[in-house]
Amino acid sequence: MTLTPDAGDKEAVVQFAQALEIEGRSLWKDAGIRFMKNRAAVASLIILALMGLAVLVGPLLSPHSYDAMDWSAMTVPPTLENSHWFGTDALGRDLFVRILAGGRISFMVGLLGALVAVVIGILFGAVAGYTGGRVDSMMMRVLEILQSFPFMFLVILMVTLFGQSLMLIFIAIGAVSWLEMARIVRGQTISLKSREFVEAALVCGSRQTAVIVRHIVPNILGIVVIYASLLVPGMILFESFLSFLGLGVQEPMTSWGALVNEGAQSMDVAAWQLILPAGFLTVTLFCFNYIGDGMRDALDTKDR
Amino acid sequence: MLKFIVKRCALAVPTLLILVTITFFLIQMAPGSPFTSERQLSPQVLANIKAMYHMDKPLWQQYLYYLGNLAHGDLGPSFKYADHTVNQLLASSFPVSLRIGALAFIAALVLGVAIGTLAACKQNSLLDYCVMAVAMTGIVLPSFVLAPLLVLVFSVNLHWLPAGGWNHGHWANVVLPVTAMTIMYMASIARIQRGSMIEVLNSHYIRTARAKGLPWRIIIMRHALRPSLLPVVSYLGPAFVGVITGSVVVETVFGLPGTGQHFVHGALNRDYSLVLGLTLVIGALTILFTAVVDILYGLIDPKVRCQ
Amino acid sequence: MKKTLLASLVLVCFHVGVCAQAAEVPEGVHLDSRQHLVRGNGAEPSSLDPQLAQDLPGHHILVDLFEGLVGQDAAGNVVPAGSTHWDVTTQKQENAQKDRQIYTFHLRRDAQWSDGKPVTARDYVFGFRRAVDPELASPYGWYIAMPGVLNAKAIMAGKEPPAALGVKALDDYTFQVTLEQPVSFFVRMLAYPTTFPVPAHIVEKYGKQWISPGKMVSNGAYVLKEWVVNEQITVARNTRYWNDKKTVINKVTWLPLTSETAELNRYKAGEVDMTNHTPGPQHIRALRKEIPDEIRISPQIGTYYYTFNTRKEHFNDVRVRKALTYAIDREAIATRVMNHGERPAIGLSPTSVAGFSGFEPEWVRMTQSEREQKARELLKEAGYGSGTKKKLSFTLLYNTDDMHKNVALAVAQMWKKVLGVEVRLQNQEWKVFLDNMQKGRFDVGRSGWLGDYNEAFTMLNLMTSSNDSNYSRFSNDEYDQLLEQAMLEVDDSKRKKIYGQAERILSEYMPVAPIYEYVTGRLVKSHVGGYPDQNPQDTVYSKDLYIKKHS
Repeated sequence: MTLTPDAGDKEAVVQFAQALEIEGRSLWKDAGIRFMKNRAAVASLIILALMGLAVLVGPLLSPHSYDAMDWSAMTVPPTLENSHWFGTDALGRDLFVRILAGGRISFMVGLLGALVAVVIGILFGAVAGYTGGRVDSMMMRVLEILQSFPFMFLVILMVTLFGQSLMLIFIAIGAVSWLEMARIVRGQTISLKSREFVEAALVCGSRQTAVIVRHIVPNILGIVVIYASLLVPGMILFESFLSFLGLGVQEPMTSWGALVNEGAQSMDVAAWQLILPAGFLTVTLFCFNYIGDGMRDALDTKDR
Repeated sequence: MLKFIVKRCALAVPTLLILVTITFFLIQMAPGSPFTSERQLSPQVLANIKAMYHMDKPLWQQYLYYLGNLAHGDLGPSFKYADHTVNQLLASSFPVSLRIGALAFIAALVLGVAIGTLAACKQNSLLDYCVMAVAMTGIVLPSFVLAPLLVLVFSVNLHWLPAGGWNHGHWANVVLPVTAMTIMYMASIARIQRGSMIEVLNSHYIRTARAKGLPWRIIIMRHALRPSLLPVVSYLGPAFVGVITGSVVVETVFGLPGTGQHFVHGALNRDYSLVLGLTLVIGALTILFTAVVDILYGLIDPKVRCQ
Repeated sequence: MKKTLLASLVLVCFHVGVCAQAAEVPEGVHLDSRQHLVRGNGAEPSSLDPQLAQDLPGHHILVDLFEGLVGQDAAGNVVPAGSTHWDVTTQKQENAQKDRQIYTFHLRRDAQWSDGKPVTARDYVFGFRRAVDPELASPYGWYIAMPGVLNAKAIMAGKEPPAALGVKALDDYTFQVTLEQPVSFFVRMLAYPTTFPVPAHIVEKYGKQWISPGKMVSNGAYVLKEWVVNEQITVARNTRYWNDKKTVINKVTWLPLTSETAELNRYKAGEVDMTNHTPGPQHIRALRKEIPDEIRISPQIGTYYYTFNTRKEHFNDVRVRKALTYAIDREAIATRVMNHGERPAIGLSPTSVAGFSGFEPEWVRMTQSEREQKARELLKEAGYGSGTKKKLSFTLLYNTDDMHKNVALAVAQMWKKVLGVEVRLQNQEWKVFLDNMQKGRFDVGRSGWLGDYNEAFTMLNLMTSSNDSNYSRFSNDEYDQLLEQAMLEVDDSKRKKIYGQAERILSEYMPVAPIYEYVTGRLVKSHVGGYPDQNPQDTVYSKDLYIKKHS
């Protein structure tokens, strides 16, 4: 055995190095692998996927439609007869179909609302925190004003001026829920920007915007993801609060929030009307939370 | 520190002024007026009522009039509750919300941080999953389910506690609403705390401390807890204002005379002066607690203090 | 030109012998030592000033605190209260088409304010004047102007001073009201707080602040004790009330519980003796099994109906309005959706109101399937349906509320099923809803009306062309004239006939689709005695109630 590698060995090493280069794992890919190792998160993802599927195709399985009233079966507990598998509500409408149909709305509101909040929140918070000084304090004033703003008026105003639509609910929800996000992002940014790698980037001549987008934002994604996972249930609940005020989704359409709201009013006499939609709601929200946790752990860039 | 406080106070005034201005003009745009009622008022009566509330003048004059009164600390008469001024309504409702809110807030903070820390230390263990699952019920269960559920169990069935009412703040009337609000906020705090604690525990200096063989208790209490609190503190400012200004649902379910009910009814009744007054108070509180949070931030994180 | 008195023509004298209403505790009933009643009240009252109050929660409390010229018995009939009897005279007017009518009330001499001062005719004058005084700007000033108390309209318009109002204190105990025209049901209107006396000496002393515990002085069976906004209002027995010896309940607490569920829970927990809300359909089903005796349903002067916007396309065609009306299965709405004992409504005035005409339009005698058949025919006649280009598609507007939602869903379903029309539901928050209804921005809208006084006029007047609450914009000269006649007609049976004619016109033009007649339904603990089951105006005086011994 010789210590000097022969030509063939050399070639193999070069090839291996090239292969490494090609398959060099990115931060995100790494995160993906770590995420897949988290059982709770993966299970949640599967459940959510199933839930999504059920919400999309489930209503087709039932002979009932979400808005048809069955006068002969009002407030009927879950039964296999009449194919009212989940029972009916006070007006004899099939809960199975209504829960799944309501799920569509809730999913949409939750995801889109959170997305709006996250995007605006990150940008606003990161810019404020990173720039600091006068700009920061001005942006924080804006935030304070908005935060102490009676948004209920804003929502009522929007709904009455532009009519009641689902799109508007997203905008309304997104518009009022990025504030906390922005605040948290700003807090994180302030503590990040004094870190060495940011200084290093600046010394290397990176532009400010590039520093924010490339270095600050990825590093606060962990906390953002956790917070976003708190936002999704928040969005879904906020939608029900809007429904409660009469600004939510229009009947006969429904949402989980609205169904739970209705069910809560008769929980002692018609428990299934609360338990079933609340079950769907809580399982979904739990899943979002576990996925959030999983993503946080996976995205954690610090050495472990 | 003193300079910081003075600066904040100086900034608060224009901030509140902007807030009042925006709100003043925006609420006027909402459809319907305080005097819209099922029985339409005749133009004559409407004119009389408007004159009484100084609403017969152009909007900018009304605005100046409002600001003038505001300078004297007068928030005006309530449009809906003809027998009360806004000052009276706020003075009677605020202590209620403050009491419930402060108790719930302290309980949520202590329990939330404790649970979050515990779960983080035993990350991915059965304990972690169980504790967080229980805590998370507070996030996933809407308050309009949780609060009536508490009433149903502890008042209607067990008859242990009253189902509602304030009763001059008797402890028995306070327990259930505080519990409901604690559960609502505790879960969020626990989750944030868990996340940030895990992050801190993974950092170099904690590893160093661990490598040095310091006991867990010391590591957590002396080294990890303080930095891990940063995100929680960020969350506290707005959460505290939310808690103090009352949870509409909790107040409605328990029939509490707090500010949350005023806000919803005020908005729905188009009680302009009540909403303006409440906005002002909420605005002032927000500014106050953001300042407090910033000071806390400085105390906890030396890096911020330097700047 | 000054109108001069010609002659006092008719003199009608009412000397009512019956004693005023009070708690009648039957023999053998043991009273509880703790006479404290807790009542749900629906919402925070907007005011406890008799002249400013304009909502039901305020009204409920005010009839306990104050006493007007007359009161109501358990069946809603007028009984003497602040006055013992009254005379009515008619006065011919020169150069005027209408006769004036003068009511002279003889006041109770033993009535006192809670501070010991006697209640005099001047306090009544003060109360009436306040109601129309532009300075106080009461939203209920119309209540004095509507029956035509002399000069009321001119005072509200600022053209005359409040002192010009047609009310006079002839002496301390004689109070006189002059009406510009005879109004047959005027006395019945006087059980309402707007007409209550107010302690002039206290109001002048404290100004607006007089309505607060400790300052307020009242002449009813109770005095204001404590007021926590959004939590409770407590009133305590007024020992100076003239009939105090008959009062049983010492203390009444009113809870402004807006949430029906919260109120029900507190009732079940034993913290509320009488609810204000009628439990929802799911609860009522369970409660009928658990506590059937505690569910108290009484008829109410009120009708629930849908208004067609007669100025809009589709709905300007009476055939469309009729078709939609016939297609509503009222029986199903009343018994299945509401399910508290509501009756299907066939006209605008409910059966329980005084002067109810009993008029039955043709369609009432048809079966539901015949009505539906007729509805389809009418719609086809109007040019809708298969094979035609015209398509009936519209929005049903209602204000946010579970009950309204349920009715709207059910009706929309019936319309779709029977007529194949396309109905979109839209709910709006109350003020927005009202704004849109009042400005005519709707196709079909939810409406409902509770009578202000026990006379069919209060309902039928809604559809006159000058009425602001006539959102349908229905306008019919004959109808307007009939209502004018009804107001002046003294003879009960003739008036009834006029109301019948008015109902007939409504059924011909169908500007509104009547759906059901309201009922008052509440839960009343079995230990509460004296609850009036037949008062159609939901006037429940706490002084008429008593609490039986219970554990």
